[in-house]
Amino acid sequence: MTGLTRGSARPNQWLRNLNAKIASIPMILTAVVIFVGGTAWTVVYSFTNSKLLPRLAFVGFDQYERLWAAPRWLVSIQNLAVFGCLSLVFSLVIGFVLAALMDQKIRFENTFRTIMLYPFALSFIVTGLVWQWLLNPQYGIQSIVRSLGWTTFSFDPLYNSNIVIYGILIAALWQGTGLVMCLMLAGLRGIDEDIWKAARVDGIPMWKTYVMIIIPMMRGVFITTLVIIASGIVKVYDLVVAQTSGGPGIASEVPAKYVYDYMFQAQNLGQGFAASTMMLVTVAIIIVPWAYLEFGGGRKRG
Amino acid sequence: MKLRFLAAALGATAALPFGAASATDLEVTHWWTSGGEAAAVAELAKAFDATGNKWVDGAIAGSGGTARPIMISRITGGDPMAATQFNHGRQAEELVQAGLMRDLTDIATKENWKEVVKPSSLLDSCTIEGKIYCAPVNIHSWQWLWLSNAAFKQAGVEVPKNWDEFVAAAPALEKAGIVPLAVGGQPWQAAGAFDVLMVAIAGKENFEKVFAQKDEEVAAGPEIAKVFKAADDARRMSKGTNVQDWNQATNMVITGKAGGQIMGDWAQGEFQLAGQKAGVDYTCLPGLGVNEVISTGGDAFYFPLLEDEEKSKAQEVLASTLLKPETQVAFNLKKGSLPVRGDVDLAAANDCMKKGLDILAKGNVIQGTDQLLSADSQKQKEDLFSEFFANHSMTPEDAQKRFADIIAAAD
Repeated sequence: MTGLTRGSARPNQWLRNLNAKIASIPMILTAVVIFVGGTAWTVVYSFTNSKLLPRLAFVGFDQYERLWAAPRWLVSIQNLAVFGCLSLVFSLVIGFVLAALMDQKIRFENTFRTIMLYPFALSFIVTGLVWQWLLNPQYGIQSIVRSLGWTTFSFDPLYNSNIVIYGILIAALWQGTGLVMCLMLAGLRGIDEDIWKAARVDGIPMWKTYVMIIIPMMRGVFITTLVIIASGIVKVYDLVVAQTSGGPGIASEVPAKYVYDYMFQAQNLGQGFAASTMMLVTVAIIIVPWAYLEFGGGRKRG
Repeated sequence: MKLRFLAAALGATAALPFGAASATDLEVTHWWTSGGEAAAVAELAKAFDATGNKWVDGAIAGSGGTARPIMISRITGGDPMAATQFNHGRQAEELVQAGLMRDLTDIATKENWKEVVKPSSLLDSCTIEGKIYCAPVNIHSWQWLWLSNAAFKQAGVEVPKNWDEFVAAAPALEKAGIVPLAVGGQPWQAAGAFDVLMVAIAGKENFEKVFAQKDEEVAAGPEIAKVFKAADDARRMSKGTNVQDWNQATNMVITGKAGGQIMGDWAQGEFQLAGQKAGVDYTCLPGLGVNEVISTGGDAFYFPLLEDEEKSKAQEVLASTLLKPETQVAFNLKKGSLPVRGDVDLAAANDCMKKGLDILAKGNVIQGTDQLLSADSQKQKEDLFSEFFANHSMTPEDAQKRFADIIAAAD
């Protein structure tokens, strides 16, 4: 044996970076057992009639039939769709506009940035409670405006079934846009000064530079932000609990709350599992094609 | 996560020597956190401490809906408390079937619970396959209408004597800027109010047909349609309540901001704490003044199976303490509920409690819906009625149809 000279005997692909691979075994196991295993377990038990305790008595699609016949679930899905679309659009737009304004080399940028980011440091429960008070007609915005003289002013989204989801949206945006702004700002700072100079020399107006040049260049940042916002939307739960606990009536229910309530309050695990499986399916329908385009199908972008 | 676990483990080892030195500590979890409730549970703690043991209070705020999942996950997760409150009936049924709860039959026979607990349906609800698994502590009945005398005075109308008079008085109350009927936003409140209307308007027989025999034809029939008509009135009268918790709604009645509230007799503890007197400051109408029937649901303590022998012994002491006549009187006076023993003297009881005791003595009782329906059906009912009370465009007919479906699917 003259020893393994580099290139002569190609080492087994599986043995490359062996140390790193061994080191990652615990994490791989955790991921497989906890995430994949837990998910599979949930899906299997969603076809049973488990009540308080899980048991393997299969009932086919009964739980799903009941789920899709339940008015509360349908309301939850609608709410999630409205809340999801609007919060996605608004937090991206507001976050980007704030970041662009912040990027104009203004004074006290640090202070502003801190103020904008502060809400993000609060938990959803605290955010929810703060906005519950602000939107309460007896103590909050409505009463302040009325005390200033506009006595017919009415602003009570949390007590109006038709618009309650927007009340929750306001709180979510207040909490979340600061983070989006920071991510965007980081992206903007990553753009080369020379590009701005070149655009200026060519006489391209500033808004056009942003839309046509800067935003396409920030693709990576946008995708990161999108994933963060989207995952926040699907799991929205505590904000609703703190602000309205699903009310008035069932007008502001969301899927995650349905899952929790039916698993634990109604002691009907099967129903809760069916609902959470539906949530997983929804997410998968959105994520899988996107991930395929983004990561699969060859590397189109450099 | 790991750090927290470590801290918990350290904490546990540090606490151990103290526990061994003094009498046995028992952690008792419950969801009695409003003013009147906390005062009542302090009586239980006092009585148990007097036996030389120590009551470690594990109050969980946020009413039963929040507390029960926490309790259940602790029991099923292998970290049981020594005793825990449930509404007796079907809430703990599966825990018992899974063998996680302790059989109390021995103590019950020794202390003759079968003789002293009245009405006997209370103990029946604790009994699963011939064994007794819980110690009932009080009887709570839902079927009460609490009225604020001050509110009616302000509106210039007589304090109503029954539901129909109350509905008739509603416009006058509204004119005076008073919400006629306070219904808090928590879902169980709307569902509970409906059950009360059901027994008051459709009567005991129909109530039992629907909830005990799950007869969907009756549930869809004309008698129950009347109940939905009344619920429609209640919905109109509750407009503008804008509070969540039941005790906030009760507080509206106490302060005269609302005319009345349909709530169980636990509301009475709040009136007492506010220094109000039955008959003078507030009026109570059992069975809404129409049908004087009360349900005999209530609270009970369940004892998870523990390995620690000393703790198991202390559990027995606690179980027998809870049913002692003195404890029963002290606790129930503060709580505003009725004692589970027929042989205790409640001379100190106020007007409303006496009305309740009278009805109990006459035997005009029904089982509560917690005892008759599974938690699952109860939750579906809550969803339906919280939607119905909030959404004025939902017709009583639609609601009744959905109600009949829930009853048909109930087990």
